[in-house]
Amino acid sequence: MAVITYREALRAAMREELQRDENVVVMGEEVAQFNGAYKVTEGLLKEFGPKRVVDTPISEAGFIGLGIGASMLGIRPVMELMFWSFSYVAFDQIVNNAGNIRYMSGGLINCPIVIRGPGNGGTNVGATHSHTPEAILASHPGIKVVCPATPYDAKGLMKAAIRDNDPVYVMENTILYNDKGEVPEEDYIVPLGVADVKRVGTDLTIVAHGRAVITSLKAAEILEKEHGVSVEVVDLRSIRPLDEETILASVRKTHRALLVEENKPFCGVDAQVAYIIQAKAFDDLDAPIGRVSSIDAPQIYCKRMEDEQLPHAARVVAAALKVLA
Amino acid sequence: MAKPAVLTHPESLKKPAGPSEFAKHPVNAALSKAEKVALYTKMARIRHFEQRCIRTYQQGKIGGFLHLYVGQEAVAAGTISLLGKHDHIITGYRDHGHGLMVGMSMNECMAELTGKVTGCSQGKGGSMHYFAPDKNYWGGHGIVGGQAPLGTGLAYAVKYKGLKGCCLAYMGDGAVNQGAVHEAYNLAALWDLPMIFVIENNGYSMGTSQERSTAHPGCLAKRAEGYGMAWDVINGHDVYEVRAKTDAAVKRAHEESKPTVLEIFTYRYFGHSMADPDKTYRDKEEIKGYRENKDPVLLFENELLHEGVLTPATRDAINEAAMAEADVAAVFAEESPDPTVADITKHIYWEEDNRGPNSTSRGTIIFE
Repeated sequence: MAVITYREALRAAMREELQRDENVVVMGEEVAQFNGAYKVTEGLLKEFGPKRVVDTPISEAGFIGLGIGASMLGIRPVMELMFWSFSYVAFDQIVNNAGNIRYMSGGLINCPIVIRGPGNGGTNVGATHSHTPEAILASHPGIKVVCPATPYDAKGLMKAAIRDNDPVYVMENTILYNDKGEVPEEDYIVPLGVADVKRVGTDLTIVAHGRAVITSLKAAEILEKEHGVSVEVVDLRSIRPLDEETILASVRKTHRALLVEENKPFCGVDAQVAYIIQAKAFDDLDAPIGRVSSIDAPQIYCKRMEDEQLPHAARVVAAALKVLA
Repeated sequence: MAKPAVLTHPESLKKPAGPSEFAKHPVNAALSKAEKVALYTKMARIRHFEQRCIRTYQQGKIGGFLHLYVGQEAVAAGTISLLGKHDHIITGYRDHGHGLMVGMSMNECMAELTGKVTGCSQGKGGSMHYFAPDKNYWGGHGIVGGQAPLGTGLAYAVKYKGLKGCCLAYMGDGAVNQGAVHEAYNLAALWDLPMIFVIENNGYSMGTSQERSTAHPGCLAKRAEGYGMAWDVINGHDVYEVRAKTDAAVKRAHEESKPTVLEIFTYRYFGHSMADPDKTYRDKEEIKGYRENKDPVLLFENELLHEGVLTPATRDAINEAAMAEADVAAVFAEESPDPTVADITKHIYWEEDNRGPNSTSRGTIIFE
């Protein structure tokens, strides 16, 4: 198996789907001539030409809306947002139009669109460019949201998203773009709504998504080495649909749960996960569910403090020990 | 009471002196007698459907908002009568007229208004959200101007597939100040999309006159120049003129793949919606002037009587049939069942409604 970066995995997914289906179009700000603001789409213009790989003006409401409209007629646009933070100026299109049109038309119309890009803090760029809108968007029925944490999942989820007939919003993470991992060269997908146990353990379940998975795996190492605790890490991979069964199976095994995410705590993804665990596995719990989120403030600019604001291994370890106490 | 706003439509309220100067335009001269009668019939059907809606609303059977198209019939009728297989339309929330024009039935339209499962959207969309994609009608959109980018996407898809077609995106005069509309203008012009933006200028964005809402209110279509787009203004009370001038835009889209902005002057007789008592922002005399001198259905009727295409007897028969059809639709809507509680969670996701072994989606997607 080839070892490639998360960025290359995303690119490979788009390349393969561009080859597979002539209706797939990659579109966004700087995706073509500039080769991608984060080089995710590097080389695609050269390989597929300007009909398939399209630069847009800085006009998110316009071009995202255009992509949604085109998807209604069978085009399968893969739209890049330079940051998911920029989705906020296109919110009406993303939520009202893509998310509602199938429902409001009584199932007559569907929108096979993918919107992708980085949705993360931690890059020292201040509050306007550091939003993590997966919980906000996943709270709208009609929308799907996935958050890959590894190169393997990035490729498999991106390919599934492109083939999916509903709007799928893929939230990547710039800090993960250079992470390497094994990725098959043959065709595969990671279906939406299937979580992955990234580390097997017996004493505590950590549920996480996106980069919080990587943070949690680091914390799990520390907990094992320094505290002799066996931690299982469940990577949600997909927020909506959500793999409840894998979460519940792990909690039923370990009897303790810690939820880790880079969102702010209020109505984060983990608020829903905590509800599901207490509703469906209450009797299996030996302790209250623990939670680690970003410190509840707009994203701070100062790099040292931003690293504190986001969940980090030491905070996860401390929270885990509390759940285990 | 506030002083009624000054009407900014660049037209007089005088009754046209004679037949339409556009009657002999090739696109109208080419119409057979039967086609003219059919066009008139469609306009009359919109009029009577909408008037029947008022009664149904007043009976408390239609919830939410009801934005009527009465007075604006020639806009949808004239533009949509020109369209072919690869031409698409999308509009805002004043969407009943367009639906009837593309061939939706009064039954499905009325049942949607009353929230019944037999409605065009199975009672899930309502007045503002009619859809008939099989007839190239993509809604029915509730947020002012939000449909404009979607329309450019439809035009983009037509062009991408190499089809000779276009998209007409309708909006009201209030929509021209929305950012999404300007972004759509820019994309349509930048990418040479076969796109026609139709501003149905009825003079009021809800209760705010054009003069109070819009900088440089003299001519909304002229903003197209800022994007290098062609534009035209049309008297929307004359269906022949609507057809003649829209035809040029359709040809521009089909043959040159270039966008156009059309501003069609029209007028609504009723409030913004049925929730608008319509007492503060315009003069009753103004409405009366339009009804008496500019009524698009009446003007076309006179045109066709003058041409000998209609007789008073055929005219009456058409109107009686349209009224009867609307009455039947009201009964159909009344007798149709509601959607069920189980129906609430259907039609949210394609993959959920069509889940199979090769589905790209698993897991829980509808939550308790």
